[in-house]
Amino acid sequence: MTTQDLGTYAKNTWCPGCGNFAILNSVKAVLKSMQDEGTPLENVVLVSGIGCHAKIVDYINVNSFYSIHGRVPPVAEGIKLANPNLKVIGFAGDGDAYGEGIEHLIFAAKRNIDITMIIHNNRVYGLTTGQYTPTSPLGFKGRSTPKGTIEMPINPLELMLASGATFLARGFSHGIEQLKKIFREAINHKGFALVDVLQVCVTFYNMYEYYDKRAYQLKDHNPQDYSEALNKIREWNYHDDSKIALGVFYKKETETFEQRLSSSKKEIIDASPDIQRIL
Amino acid sequence: MLGGKAGFGIDRSATALGRLLNKLGYRVYIYRDYPSVIRGGHTFSIIRASRERIAAYKNKVDFILALNQETLDLHKSRLKKDCMCIYDSDQVKVPPDGCCLAIPLSKLLKEENAPEIMRNTCIIGALAKAIGIDFVILEEVLKKEFTKDIDLNIRIAKLGFNEAKELIRIEPLSQKSLPLLTGNQAIALGLVKGGLRAYISYPMTPASPILHYLANIADDFGLDVIHPESEISVILMALGFAYAGKRAAVGTSGGGFCLMTEGLSLSGMAEIPIVIILGQRPGPSTGLPTYSAQTELHFALNAGQGEFVRFIVAPADAEESYYWSAVALELSWKYQIPSFILSDKELGESTFNFDASRIGTIPEQKPFLWDKKSSYQRYKLTENGVSPLTFPPVENGIIKVNSYEHDESGITTEEPEQTTLMQEKRLRKEKFLAEELEKIKALNLYDGKNNDIALLCWGSNKGVCVEVGQRLGLKVIQPVVINPFPVRQFKEAIAETKKVICVENSATGQLPKLIKLYGFNSFIKILKYDGRPFSVEELEEKVRACLAARG
Repeated sequence: MTTQDLGTYAKNTWCPGCGNFAILNSVKAVLKSMQDEGTPLENVVLVSGIGCHAKIVDYINVNSFYSIHGRVPPVAEGIKLANPNLKVIGFAGDGDAYGEGIEHLIFAAKRNIDITMIIHNNRVYGLTTGQYTPTSPLGFKGRSTPKGTIEMPINPLELMLASGATFLARGFSHGIEQLKKIFREAINHKGFALVDVLQVCVTFYNMYEYYDKRAYQLKDHNPQDYSEALNKIREWNYHDDSKIALGVFYKKETETFEQRLSSSKKEIIDASPDIQRIL
Repeated sequence: MLGGKAGFGIDRSATALGRLLNKLGYRVYIYRDYPSVIRGGHTFSIIRASRERIAAYKNKVDFILALNQETLDLHKSRLKKDCMCIYDSDQVKVPPDGCCLAIPLSKLLKEENAPEIMRNTCIIGALAKAIGIDFVILEEVLKKEFTKDIDLNIRIAKLGFNEAKELIRIEPLSQKSLPLLTGNQAIALGLVKGGLRAYISYPMTPASPILHYLANIADDFGLDVIHPESEISVILMALGFAYAGKRAAVGTSGGGFCLMTEGLSLSGMAEIPIVIILGQRPGPSTGLPTYSAQTELHFALNAGQGEFVRFIVAPADAEESYYWSAVALELSWKYQIPSFILSDKELGESTFNFDASRIGTIPEQKPFLWDKKSSYQRYKLTENGVSPLTFPPVENGIIKVNSYEHDESGITTEEPEQTTLMQEKRLRKEKFLAEELEKIKALNLYDGKNNDIALLCWGSNKGVCVEVGQRLGLKVIQPVVINPFPVRQFKEAIAETKKVICVENSATGQLPKLIKLYGFNSFIKILKYDGRPFSVEELEEKVRACLAARG
């Protein structure tokens, strides 16, 4: 199968130049290489929320659950717990994951459940045509904030680190080779992995030039070191015009939620005798 | 009746008392009344025993067991002329008139250096003596009921037993004793019977005991029992389980269900089976958290945006809870729809006898599975609207579910023709489900001497209605399935009836409002909305007044 075959008949409706194409093509390439290395793609389930990002599941010909706004983590967690052999990859926008559904993200990280979350962070609501999101900078002028926002953005990676995520990285939609590398590593990571992708919305918030000037690759960084990871994550607060690091900030192997849960998986065909015993 | 403060262990002791009477062959029902506090506040239980099956409480009681003065002060009206009372003479300063046993519980406990909570065991011991039960029988019951400090509990019970004297003698009956279950336990076991693999819930009275009970038996049945961050997460996680092929249920009350409605609608659109236990309590909003109501019938019927098929059942006792919970799970998977078990605090937390012989065979409902030969489409159009199911990982089948309108493969569409086809496909299931339900008993009918007049009830009200119906010779009609409503069975049940009195724990009458849609009108309503279920005397009086007033 070529990456071409991983597509579907669905017509792509993203704007030309949309940062989502970089994510789509990277994911397809990673899936293809996973398949080449012996992971049958039927073992993969993609989950998406609602927003421009979410259409990605229509464009990839593997199992998928096109869910609702903000709720990608609990759906992905349910699937993973029901069958821990599945590779579950969640896609969500910044409004979706960091706004509407932030509590789910925090708890999924807290549980260290083995799912991968890829956040299409364009720092603007695209599908609802241009409002500010939790990661828009202070003063962002959107359709709901014509005079500019009056609140600071959150730093999602800092929040995720504090919540217990065991794999944290940042990518950029101008850099498909790095995206592939990070996605692969995130998917292979055993535990909760989140990749914050600076995915540019060309229509409502075109940040290509801004990011191109400031983005740099993490070098000589030890992702096993919590403090070092925290320092690097704090270097840019999604508002100030500082340098923006790309790459893997944090990576730690520890027991997952499903490993702790799976102590008692007994297959029951007919529960009646056991019910009788209780009565 | 046994009363004291929250934290005294009233609940556990009420169950032990129930088991004691049950062991003698009596049919038992336990009503629980407690405030929304952890310590303090008045808590009581009414334990009722009868030769016949019962599922309601009476206001007047034969015995009061008082662990404090407040119990006697608050429940004066329950005392019958010949009521007997056993009280803690270390606490109660103003005992009632009449036949009383004063037991110095705290003093007796000191003899054994026992914790204060064991005043319960001590007073149970005194009661056993007072009603002429052999200590060996009590000992057996205590051994089953208490897991901690059994020997000490037995010694304490013996002290109470020895301190009391026999007032009456309750003779054992020759009939076989039956297991005792709360409605919540019966719902839990019914779900397990129906093939439950995962129970996901956020604590909320009155559904929390299901979560606790299933968490305790999870290992025996290989269940995943999970308590996530919110009810929103609960239902979405359950849908994830179901997508991957594991039968899942969730349980909550009205407030938690408010948060679940977007997930419910997703279940309707994506055609993912889910069972929702909705334990009703008085609202709006926080309302009376630990009390009972029947006010979410229309909420369950109408919750969630859009139009989709749902199955709603309202069981009334332990057997119905068991049977219908199993059926709800099976039907949910057969039709790929959400199912509701409409319970309430009264059903969930009261204790009933469980008579397995009264439970019909649970009809086998196989889900429609993909044959793995034809090409797979998650939303393939079929005659009855049900598409073949399969679960990941599966070779040569790509399983796409979607909250957006979608085509047969699960890919998003906004085309008008596709939209129409898919909407019709999903709704088509209702007709087949309704036909199936008309073939099984979806409504209970209890004949009376006078079939001109009927009491109409649903859910936990059945027990009291059947008892009052028997006393007054009235027919009782109890629809168990609420949606799709068993119209044919209801028509037959109501055919000869001239007057219908609907009894409900709500302020507006939710069932009459529903039945009106099917063309049945002009019911007399007896409503109660103070959080407490009807007692037998109260309902009898109200029905009598109705009969007298309207001729």
